[in-house]
Amino acid sequence: MHTLDLHEVEETAKELYIRALKKLPPDIKTGFGKLSASESNTTAQNILGTMIKNIAVAEETDNLLCQDTGIPIYNVWIGRDVSVDGVALKNAIRKGCERATREYPLRSSVVHPITRKNEHTSCGIEVPVMHIDFVDTPGIVKLEMVPKGSGSENNSFLRMAIPAEGMNAVKAFVIDSVIASGGKTCPPTIVGVGIGGTSDLCIALAKRAATRALDTQCSDPEGQKLEAELSAAVNQLGIGPQGLGGDATAFAVHVEMAATHITMNPVAVNMQCHSARRASAVISSSGTVYGY
Amino acid sequence: MAHYEISMPVTEEQVRKLRVNDTVTLHSTLFGIRDATQIHMFDRGRRTKFDLRDHAVIHTAPNVRKVTPNEQFPAGYQPVCIGTTTSDRMERFTRPLMEQYGVRFIIGKGGMREGSLEAFRELGGAYLAIVGGTAALETTWVEQIEDVDLDDLNPESLWRFKIRSFGPLLVGMDSHGESLYDNVRNDVATQREKVLAQLGIGA
Repeated sequence: MHTLDLHEVEETAKELYIRALKKLPPDIKTGFGKLSASESNTTAQNILGTMIKNIAVAEETDNLLCQDTGIPIYNVWIGRDVSVDGVALKNAIRKGCERATREYPLRSSVVHPITRKNEHTSCGIEVPVMHIDFVDTPGIVKLEMVPKGSGSENNSFLRMAIPAEGMNAVKAFVIDSVIASGGKTCPPTIVGVGIGGTSDLCIALAKRAATRALDTQCSDPEGQKLEAELSAAVNQLGIGPQGLGGDATAFAVHVEMAATHITMNPVAVNMQCHSARRASAVISSSGTVYGY
Repeated sequence: MAHYEISMPVTEEQVRKLRVNDTVTLHSTLFGIRDATQIHMFDRGRRTKFDLRDHAVIHTAPNVRKVTPNEQFPAGYQPVCIGTTTSDRMERFTRPLMEQYGVRFIIGKGGMREGSLEAFRELGGAYLAIVGGTAALETTWVEQIEDVDLDDLNPESLWRFKIRSFGPLLVGMDSHGESLYDNVRNDVATQREKVLAQLGIGA
């Protein structure tokens, strides 16, 4: 039985927030290369060029990619044979998030929803958002940190379609959500689509899809087909980078799904902006290994 | 598609020369403003000590480090990362910013709507588009945080930045009723019908 070192969790939670804000994952960098190679619009080419330059400047100057420190989200997977005090684990993550904000210092983008008071800790009621799940691998705990920017998060959509509307309702809803988001969501985006489940699960699936690495696929073959079809479709809309026209509206459309009720056909869309930031770490008895 | 180097403050004549697709690089002074700043200025009756007449405002809330005020950091803030937020949320503040404070340029990302375009046309202003999400680059264009007002709203304070070669920025909306965002929206509406047909959906 591996006992999880909670000081290490706190340090890792702190480090992950800062790392996520500074270094874009390699799959997103590759995604930029692909979009840039196939872009036919001159303004769009210039904008993509500026975005690519910004990734290099952030690394050279050791600075944040984007000023939006987002709403902090921590996804946690606990392996087999790991002993952990669950409440203390959550406290350690929260402490790490707060310390990153105060010590770096980062802009705290989190406020009370009614008074709008900012505690300057990036923390508040139910924030950082935490999702805790379990994996088969023994002796490890994996932490993933996603600083979710508001430009993209403000473009989140849910429709409780009905079975008689079929998949056409789902496809049209995705297209119209991308159009409604326009330039506000900082395209090129990853369009996250949730299908099925309950209303809350459907939105959670869309978020999971939006924050998934590029060049990964939905585990369901029907979902994979839909990803290919919608990825091609959204890039024919002409919204382009920053909503100023062009081919590169999205890196991809990602789909995640869950079974649903016989009377239901829910669809949700959650967007990830071009600064598609995430960082992860695996903690085990042999140390902590950072990745994306 | 001309390029202009403009030292702030600007004149109405200079602003009226600008057309969509022109590019502009700003020098000297820039003010940072955001949702809460404008909610307090226009809904809660607060005033700023700054003279914004003929100036540019950028939709931002920066990452800063609090330091003891000195010659290098006169406002007591060291810039960490300064970038631009989505403008659309602040649509209703364009007109009062221009009418009450004489602001000429709004710098932001994602574009604004009809009310702003009408205010630019009537009062002589323009929307300058920056590439959103490129804050590391943008930070290198800011020399100093010179002063700050309404700082109880931090990070959504009203910031006065000293800038060097801030740009190039794209004129996205001009004072002649042209908006690149409207042009794209019209094209997208046409493309939507085609895309839905290809997906086998009757529009």
